Amino acid sequence: MSDKKKELKPNTYKFDTLSLHAGYQPHKNAGSRQVPIYQTTSYLFDDVDHAAALFNLERGGHIYSRISNPTVGVLEERVASLEGGTAALATSSGMSAIFLTVMTLCEAGDHLVVSSQLYGGTVNLFRLTLPKFGIKCTFVKPRDTEGFKKAIQKNTKGIFGELVGNPGNEIMNMPEIAKIAHDAGIPLMVDATYQTPYLCKPFEHGADIVIHSLTKWMAGHGSSMAGILIEGGKFDWMQNDKFPTMTKPYEGYHGLSFAEEFGPTAFTMKARAEGMRDFGPCLSPQNAWNVLQGIETLSVRMKKHCSNAEEMVKYLSNHESVAWVSHPSAPNHPDAELANKLLPNGKGSMIAFGIKGGKDAGVAFINNVKLASHLANVGDTRTLVIHPASGTHSQMDEATLKFAGLSHDMIRLSVGIEDIDDIKNDFEIGFRAARKPRLVSNQ
Amino acid sequence: MKFKVNGHEVFASTGGRPFDKKKPLIIFVHGSGLTHMTWVLQTRYFAFHGYNALAVDLPGHGLSSGKSLKSIEEMADWVRSVIDAVGHKEASLVGHSQGCLVTVECTSRYPDKIKTLSLMGGAGAIPMNPELLSLAENNDPKAVDLMMDWAHGPAGHFGGHPVPGLYHINTGTMLAKSRTIQNTLGVDFRACDNYKNGFEAAKKIKCPTLSILATDDKMCPVKEGKKLASLIDGSQVDIIDNCGHMMLLEEADRVLTVLKKFITTNYPPLSS
Repeated sequence: MSDKKKELKPNTYKFDTLSLHAGYQPHKNAGSRQVPIYQTTSYLFDDVDHAAALFNLERGGHIYSRISNPTVGVLEERVASLEGGTAALATSSGMSAIFLTVMTLCEAGDHLVVSSQLYGGTVNLFRLTLPKFGIKCTFVKPRDTEGFKKAIQKNTKGIFGELVGNPGNEIMNMPEIAKIAHDAGIPLMVDATYQTPYLCKPFEHGADIVIHSLTKWMAGHGSSMAGILIEGGKFDWMQNDKFPTMTKPYEGYHGLSFAEEFGPTAFTMKARAEGMRDFGPCLSPQNAWNVLQGIETLSVRMKKHCSNAEEMVKYLSNHESVAWVSHPSAPNHPDAELANKLLPNGKGSMIAFGIKGGKDAGVAFINNVKLASHLANVGDTRTLVIHPASGTHSQMDEATLKFAGLSHDMIRLSVGIEDIDDIKNDFEIGFRAARKPRLVSNQ
Repeated sequence: MKFKVNGHEVFASTGGRPFDKKKPLIIFVHGSGLTHMTWVLQTRYFAFHGYNALAVDLPGHGLSSGKSLKSIEEMADWVRSVIDAVGHKEASLVGHSQGCLVTVECTSRYPDKIKTLSLMGGAGAIPMNPELLSLAENNDPKAVDLMMDWAHGPAGHFGGHPVPGLYHINTGTMLAKSRTIQNTLGVDFRACDNYKNGFEAAKKIKCPTLSILATDDKMCPVKEGKKLASLIDGSQVDIIDNCGHMMLLEEADRVLTVLKKFITTNYPPLSS
């Protein structure tokens, strides 16, 4: 026997275990091993006192599935646990999670600093829709760290960005931008859909609110729409007078101050109590259950997504029909060093590449691949391709496309978990077709 | 609300209702390194049902200013000062973990001021694991991680927070890390380790007392809680199955049901 004293170590569950178990206790659900789908709109009150207690936030529980639902609640807790967050709120889509986050944070007259490289729908929300609510935004290129600082105004309430921009794969220097935000007394909000918590936990790098479109890798199978916002719990809403709706008595709940009462979970509590009540972008329990099935295998899938993506980067980088390849795993990627720091478990499975021959070649490529699916989604188990300039980002004008880092030769590739040889063979078919019109036109 | 005790600003949650001097006062005292927020699923009920529910942040904790108090005896005197500071003559006390040591000591010292005593996860003494104590005093965040591990029962480790979307262990971790660990948890752990008067203090308590214990509590096991309760005349004991030390969150509804019955019976609210 050894005399060596055993070092104390916390035995809290780790990532793969939490992916399967967090947020759910079978003994409180008739012993059901699988999370039950609570397909109901509403919940019986024990008596009038119980009803009042739920409405007054005196106790936990469910009133109406627009506000909360037990199946959705398991998903929320599971994602909060995986991200290292204090609380989470699931929504009907990633876009509604972003909208709810902004509306919980801001009022008319407020301002946000926003990364310019975002999903096209998100760009339109910040550029065109939020100004209708009196919320203005300044866009800054994701690599222009100092630009984020310069864009902050007196009425700026936060910084928002995608950690790895869609579709150009430019990486925000999250630790530095978090410091800029915190020095200004405002939170950093990060859309980490591309990463999932398996690849990066933004709270460990200074983010305050994390947002996911769960529709993508988290659910993983292209079956269900869902979104979520997660709170890190570190941001001090009471450090300044910028966030009165968090810190001052709220008329909608008997003079409640969310920051005083709920501290590290205040943002989520407000988003639910106010946002879900007033906007109502609730997630269906069936979709929550579908996402939970995906999360059970998240780490297994992400490993395969990433290894396939790295193989595809090598293949594309050496291909005669490819002009350029952008992926954080590529050694020549301008943010490779930052990627190694922020994404140690893998660089994700989104690749942008330029096809020789420009837009026409891109169209021919996409029209001829057979295995890869041409559609407006990412993060499916299956390989997906799209031509952003004519698809996901087609509502942008030429100048906005350029500012967002898009070009007409760009193909966006979401690498699936099929056999890598089959993906490459399929791409050969696409490339042959893409070369054909050029060969013809050269004759 | 904010008020001053011994020249330092104190923060106390009032459960979302305005403080009203006409209503009877209940003071909730948190555990080591934590804050008023641990009580959110108990205080709001009492605040909406005829009481002033005051979940205090001990000095140097949460939103209260000043330095953390170094002994359980000082904390007990401080709780008595809170009663005076908010303009009341008497109060009911509710404590969790270290808060039980504080409220037991306070009740024994000031029997005329304390009308009922409710203890959650209490014991007559809380000797600290020397390595854990050392980690906390050296500002090592591992102390918080270990505390959160031990404080939650096997079921609590899976989550299942009564408030949809909240995750117990990470929330507790953030609370315990919200101030400098060595100045809150480190000082509190040392105060618990040094405190030896719990069993003697318990013998002096004559007011109605309730002990809520949990079968999977590793930090203050049922055996220790029962030992303390056996020294208090007429003490009630309620034991919760399949629950750890953080019973006020892990089994918030059960705790509230027991607490509600005990307090409203022995210290009635102001009727509306």
